[in-house]
Amino acid sequence: MIAPLLQRRLTDPFRKTINREPLPIVAIGVPWLTVMLGTLSPTWPIVASAPVMPPLGFLFMLAWRQQRPGLLPVWAGLPLGLFDDLYSGQPFGSAVLLWSLAMIVLDAVEVQFPWRNFLINWLEAAGLIVACLLLSLLFANASGGSTPLRVILPQIAISVLLYPLCGRLMALFDRFRLIPFRAID
Amino acid sequence: MAPPVTQRTGFSRRAQYTTFFGYVAGIAGAIVGVIFLFVSIYDHNAFAGLRGVAGDAARPAAATAASGRSGSQGFIATIEGYFFAATKNAELQREAEVTRVKLVEARALAEENRRLKAVLGLMQEDPKPVATARMVGSTSASTRRFAAISVGSTQGVAIGMPVRSPLGLVGRVLEVGRNTSRVLLVTDTESVVPVRRASDGVAGFATGQGDGTLLIRLINLGINPLRKGDALVTSGSGGLYRPGTAIAVVSELTRDGAIARVLSDPGATEFVVVEPLWNPARNPASEPSAPAGTQP
Repeated sequence: MIAPLLQRRLTDPFRKTINREPLPIVAIGVPWLTVMLGTLSPTWPIVASAPVMPPLGFLFMLAWRQQRPGLLPVWAGLPLGLFDDLYSGQPFGSAVLLWSLAMIVLDAVEVQFPWRNFLINWLEAAGLIVACLLLSLLFANASGGSTPLRVILPQIAISVLLYPLCGRLMALFDRFRLIPFRAID
Repeated sequence: MAPPVTQRTGFSRRAQYTTFFGYVAGIAGAIVGVIFLFVSIYDHNAFAGLRGVAGDAARPAAATAASGRSGSQGFIATIEGYFFAATKNAELQREAEVTRVKLVEARALAEENRRLKAVLGLMQEDPKPVATARMVGSTSASTRRFAAISVGSTQGVAIGMPVRSPLGLVGRVLEVGRNTSRVLLVTDTESVVPVRRASDGVAGFATGQGDGTLLIRLINLGINPLRKGDALVTSGSGGLYRPGTAIAVVSELTRDGAIARVLSDPGATEFVVVEPLWNPARNPASEPSAPAGTQP
């Protein structure tokens, strides 16, 4: 049902949009849902013997925050990080802390530099991704592991390079989010 | 990007309060994270129950994804096969020659073994597996190496039970939910498995390195007797793992040990078997990663 609707919406944006508005539950829920799916997806497709998958939940959250500031509240790092901690294998609390801090940093940057371009956004996200992965390694090692730094270098590279693609994907979800499903009486 | 208007609260009290409490909640979130982190570093099992419930909740979706995984990997392997068909064929023929000879030798050994055991009056049989499970996921975005399997306490799985695939040892059960369990893979840096060389029993420890290889450290220091290609099996020391389970092959020598490649690559394994504890008299939960140097 959704795919043809999206198709029609993307090819003919003005058809059936008059006197209609997006469903509030979809408009608000999609960002949360995509971040949670992003958290779960690296755990499913492969059973890896090395950390290779990017932390997709974190990338998605950054992408939403940069594209639609204010859509995810500043405190979104707490519930989303909590969900991530349940599945990520990190010591519990690692994502709660790092994601909350990332949201606060993003907000501070937003206030300081309101006018940004693609490159600055990418640099900002890259800084946050590198910091997040390094601190995750630190926390994981503090809780019993002893993984050397070289193991996560490929993961850092993949995550930083994949970030713009995640941005495009979230932009697609953003268009889906705002499809006017509901007719106004 | 243009400055969004939502950031400006203006004179609206409501908007001002919303923004203010948003920041307060954000900072509170970070503080909660620090508290959780300290608790979980101090006590590893503090949130095990919560993770178990979460694992059970995600099980149906994960199982569906897992069945798709083996299909897609088979597809890629088929395409890959075309590119390396000729070299692989030659290699396999060479291997088959060697294997034929070894098979005859092995038959003779098995016969001798049976005879000697009969003399000693020993009865050794493979233990009945506790459960057969599907690997439904792993923590591939974290540096810790855990995997989830699709059986839990309902099927009789308990903490500490070794998990193996037909190819070799995969890991051991760390946390148990109702219908899922979390497995510490042998490649995790916290996992230590007592091993010996299959051919002559040179003893050592295999520690995970977090990147899919194991670091082998020998118990007797001196001239490094290991060679490239040596097969390593579990020695049974410490009572956690049954002796004789294949685990890794030496791929690179170091000064006082070796780097070994894990035989049972978790990525290529779909089904695993949970085995009972080798020596249930010892309580493995009390010593998470330290097999003592006792005799098997």
